[in-house]
Amino acid sequence: MIPPPDCAYLAALCKARAGLRLDTAKTYLIESRLGPVARREGYATPEIFIEALREGAGERAAWAAVEAMIVPEGEFFRDRAVFQRLVEEVIPELVRRRAGQPVRIWSAACGTGQEVYSLAMMLADRPDLARSCELYASDLSERSLEKAQSGLYSQFEVQRGLPARMLVRFFERRGEFFALAPRIRQMVRWRRVNLMDDLSRLGPFDLVLCRNMFPQFEPESLGRVRDHLRAVLAPGGQLLLGLGEERAGDLAPLVPDIGLYAA
Amino acid sequence: MKTCLVVDDSRVIRKVSRRILEDLGFEVAEASDGVEAMAWCSAVTPDLILLDWEMPTMDGLTFLRRLRAEPAGDQPKVVFCTVVNEIERIREALDAGADEYIMKPFDGSIVAGKLDYLGLIA
Repeated sequence: MIPPPDCAYLAALCKARAGLRLDTAKTYLIESRLGPVARREGYATPEIFIEALREGAGERAAWAAVEAMIVPEGEFFRDRAVFQRLVEEVIPELVRRRAGQPVRIWSAACGTGQEVYSLAMMLADRPDLARSCELYASDLSERSLEKAQSGLYSQFEVQRGLPARMLVRFFERRGEFFALAPRIRQMVRWRRVNLMDDLSRLGPFDLVLCRNMFPQFEPESLGRVRDHLRAVLAPGGQLLLGLGEERAGDLAPLVPDIGLYAA
Repeated sequence: MKTCLVVDDSRVIRKVSRRILEDLGFEVAEASDGVEAMAWCSAVTPDLILLDWEMPTMDGLTFLRRLRAEPAGDQPKVVFCTVVNEIERIREALDAGADEYIMKPFDGSIVAGKLDYLGLIA
């Protein structure tokens, strides 16, 4: 069991580097997430790993610890109706408004890629929209990004939210994994982004997806993240949060039943 | 209450499936192969059939093709639930009239996700 002072140290690290809130009461979760990272970094236990972090194990190790505490988005078509509304209403309207200019869509905390690939697969069925849209995806976690870019998912993962008809259309077996078709993977551009950093070099975006991430931030960090996301929105740009998220601050609801806000 | 027929030659899988489906609000009946399932379906049309592929006497794919050829055979939603996990075989099942496909091993969250997609649970 990780002792409370070590949990507190880890929580402070997550807050300082990524603005993330870590529930130190859930020691079993912290232990189960940190254990594999500790071993990968060459430490037998999470406790020894944290001791090494305290003594300055280095940037890479510190980020590996922080990244391990993030709960990645891991489901295709999470809240399916949201995707339908995006493709049937929101994106067509953005395309119309942009009048020939590309509509830039950013999955800001993409985790292992299921969200942005869900959108890409739907757009593949709407070439009229797809040719006007650019998809970008980012995450804090290098490991999540690597997995997302690989397009390789386990049998368990492709059964979470992905209809069988889409599985057979867009995936092929590769060993024990299912590999997403290159034409879908190539629709997305990737980069590592810490939402606590200045994001002004990234924008502007017409639609930013940041679903179910706000609850993971410390209250004092969330305002900063909201401001950063707002700053990268193009005029008339829209921000999509998770359903029922209650920490939208002063963002103006546009289509509340799908979590869509204006800057 | 919606009804589901679980067709699987493994008693353990039928038991696990029953537990999951009852938790999701289904009334569950069981058959151990396609022949038993056909007999059951000739008397009652379930809302859902959870169907194994490889079974003695009559396999799942044969059962599905025969079911879909029957009058009202298009009514039940059919979800394959099998160890068969090659893309071509999954496509074959969908082409034969399966509505969804679950690869074993499975758990309650996977079943619930598929049934939600099919509009069988809220």
